[in-house]
Amino acid sequence: MTGASVQAGKGLLYQGADWNFHIIRDCYAAIGEIAEKELGLNVFPNRIEVITSEQMLDVYTTNGMPVSYSHWSYGKRFAGHENAYRRGLMGLAYEVVINSNPCISYLMEENSATMQALVIAHAAFGHNHFFKNNRLFQEWTDPSQILNYLEFARGYISRCEETYGQEAVERVLDAAHALQGQGVNRHSGSRRIDLHGEQERARERRAWEDQSFNDLWRTLPPVSDPEPLANGEKSALRRKFGLPEENILYFLEKHAPRLAPWEREVIRIVRLIAQYFYPQPQLKLMNEGCATWVHDRIMTRLHELGRIDDAAYMETIHSTTNVIAQFGYDQGSTSFNPYALGFAMMKDIARICSDPTEEDRRWSPDIAGNNDPLGTLRHAWAEYRDESFVLQFLSPRVMRDFRMFRLLDDTRDPYLLVDAIHDEAGYRDIRRTVAASYDPSAWYAEIEVVDVDIYGDRTLRLEHRTRQGQLLAENDMKMTLKGLADLWGYRVVLQEVDSLSGKLLASHESLATA
Amino acid sequence: MDIIDRRSNPHGKNLENRRRALGRARDAVQEAVREAVANGKLREAGQGNAVSIPADALHEPGFHRVFSTGERHIVLSGNHEFSRGDRLRRPPGGGEGSGGGGSGQASDEGGGEDSYRFLLSRDEFLDLFFGDLELPDLVKREIAATETTAPSRAGLSNDGSPSQLDMGRTMRYSMARRIGLGRPKPTELKEIEARIAELEDTRPLLDADAEELEALRERRRAMRQRLNRIPWVDPVDLRYRRFAPTPKPSTRAVMFCIMDVSGSMTERMKDLAKQFFLLLHVFLEKRYKTLDVVFIRHAETAEEVDEETFFTDPRTGGTVVSTALTEMLRVQRARYPVQQWNIYVAQASDGDNSPSDTPRTAELLESEILPLVQYYAYIEVMGSGAVIRGDTDLWRVYREIAERQSQLAIRQVSDRKEIFPVFRELFARRTAEKAGRV
Repeated sequence: MTGASVQAGKGLLYQGADWNFHIIRDCYAAIGEIAEKELGLNVFPNRIEVITSEQMLDVYTTNGMPVSYSHWSYGKRFAGHENAYRRGLMGLAYEVVINSNPCISYLMEENSATMQALVIAHAAFGHNHFFKNNRLFQEWTDPSQILNYLEFARGYISRCEETYGQEAVERVLDAAHALQGQGVNRHSGSRRIDLHGEQERARERRAWEDQSFNDLWRTLPPVSDPEPLANGEKSALRRKFGLPEENILYFLEKHAPRLAPWEREVIRIVRLIAQYFYPQPQLKLMNEGCATWVHDRIMTRLHELGRIDDAAYMETIHSTTNVIAQFGYDQGSTSFNPYALGFAMMKDIARICSDPTEEDRRWSPDIAGNNDPLGTLRHAWAEYRDESFVLQFLSPRVMRDFRMFRLLDDTRDPYLLVDAIHDEAGYRDIRRTVAASYDPSAWYAEIEVVDVDIYGDRTLRLEHRTRQGQLLAENDMKMTLKGLADLWGYRVVLQEVDSLSGKLLASHESLATA
Repeated sequence: MDIIDRRSNPHGKNLENRRRALGRARDAVQEAVREAVANGKLREAGQGNAVSIPADALHEPGFHRVFSTGERHIVLSGNHEFSRGDRLRRPPGGGEGSGGGGSGQASDEGGGEDSYRFLLSRDEFLDLFFGDLELPDLVKREIAATETTAPSRAGLSNDGSPSQLDMGRTMRYSMARRIGLGRPKPTELKEIEARIAELEDTRPLLDADAEELEALRERRRAMRQRLNRIPWVDPVDLRYRRFAPTPKPSTRAVMFCIMDVSGSMTERMKDLAKQFFLLLHVFLEKRYKTLDVVFIRHAETAEEVDEETFFTDPRTGGTVVSTALTEMLRVQRARYPVQQWNIYVAQASDGDNSPSDTPRTAELLESEILPLVQYYAYIEVMGSGAVIRGDTDLWRVYREIAERQSQLAIRQVSDRKEIFPVFRELFARRTAEKAGRV
């Protein structure tokens, strides 16, 4: 498959900026040939949709979901984007691509022919290959069913709104949205969910509950006060509830005593959609790096083959350069542009494979000079996530190019200390810190359900494992906890505990609205 | 690969979400709208406008950790001058300083959410602005709600009365049809006939000419037939002007703005009055399909003026309020019969009146004007020293009447900020009060 090279000599695909559907088709064919024959990319079937800038704003609003249920938060996001766009603060992205099968790429009608070609290479092949082959995406998402599931979710929620009123549904959605970050089994349990079976199951579950409902159960005499639980019973209880449980949304869906069946289903919808998006932030760097590298490579090849003219190639370079600009700390940048760092690393890996220096041989002995840049890249795209990718592949060369330096921020000191720079002594420290910043545990708070007082006042106990000086943001925490208590129906206690010493740092509680 | 052109798909997917966001932040939006009005931007504001609402009204919470004390590492790019061991001053606002005091409330909001701007349409704006305000008396409006209709132009139709025939259109269709069906031109026929006549007169007739003659005759026959078959104007060409009945609003209202422009009214006081009139105008405009506004200003004498003059042209002199009321009655009798119009009066004054005129004013108001009007609002604007001053003559008299007559509402205003609350008070829903009375 790879190694074959596409023959030149079919003439220009287009000239000038105007495009039409024939040009798009021709470009797609030419790009597809290079992507599959030369780069060996393996993609989902593509679907390309041409939209207006206004529709692009709509797509933005829902995080790129092509359908979504109605919620005020989308309206808010829409207003934000619309304003930024109208005031010229934000240019629209040229493309949005959806991890689905078929893989949907949106092209904006305002784009020039070159941009359309670039976007096809970037999204329909670069991102698409990454979605299909990266292990994390494979484990966590179900691209073939996501569109149907979103359709189902929208229908289900709008039916609930009809039946129970918008306010009641919004109450559940708001509370569940706040817990989105706690809706994933990060450390354990099954991951990929069969979204198609999911809809069927929802239907069957409700039907069964309706059929088997028997009012007699309500008339049973109340259980007399239980004896204080023995230790054995306690652990049995913990097993029954699957404690400790990190997936709070799942726990609520299964065990919250006072929720109606439809409320559980709404929570489930939020949870499954959160899970679908879970891999994205962990793979942003690689995903963008991969797509940018692919489009850069393909456009260059098109130019070499004489399929696009010099003007078009200049436009490509111009656009790529804009996208991969990395500002320094003194220009106000506090983080790495994923396009810039991702692209630089991909390029660097290809260089190390085919043209290594002495330094590269020392740092990356396993890939240096293996003369298989494409195979190496494809392997990296499939098997790594941002954190491990940086840890494995960030080379001294890239650190020097980005002029990276590390600061130690110790709040006891009145100053910041530069404790590593891009030199022999600092490479490893810098690499470790950059990698750690891409570790999801760096941005997800580790909160677990640890105990339920099921025979007493039904208090739900949560624990946040953290470190001194890194507590939860107070206002947000209070609002989220309130929503959680409303869903649970009883008192909820959240304790923040030092993960090393086990010392209690703070304790909060919230009562359900009566 | 499929390419789908979605450009013609329905737009505005997010209208519902936008509506919900506005509903969610209703209080904040209302606040912002009223702020806009209080800042004196009412005229533009009434046209629909952007309002900014603070982000916390639409904040989406979640569990986030905040770094407040301890150690952390940050890698940045763009090092030009540092080497290991260099010390940097903390950027202002970045760290918490040596104390590490705050709990990071400011930073956790992050993500650049400061406020959201919503472009409101005029209707949305006014809805929010007036919120739960209600017209004081809707009785007449309900009675007058039956709408009369009047014909108005509404395009063309294929049939109609001959008097409404649209010649231009008809001929255009006729010509198109004639060209389309290939009706021969009369001039062409004439040429052929002339040639035939010429040939018929030729003696002797050559063989070639005889053939041509025969062919021409044949062509003439065909042309005549075609001319007869395809008429110059066919019934399908006819187009008539169409009229459709359109509802004519009969819920009409007229608003009389009466203002004292005498010397004792300062610019500031006039400005307060103006605010009130503007509010009332926007409010009524929203409720009535047709709203006329009559501006009457008075000092010693009263006159009807246009809006520009009313608000900007300075006048000086003494004050005789009854002249304004007389003028108002004159205009009303001449142009606004009470059966067809809802009449509102808003009067603004500093309360000064020449003492001899006050009884006459009261008399006019109570016996002649109040029976005609839906609502009469009297706003007394006070100077800054007004707190010490006692009630004015006009105020005292009006208050007595207001106790007997519910159409009259009187309020005192001394500051710009009070305008809206006073307005609200005057027009707040009176359902409870009404129910109490029954």
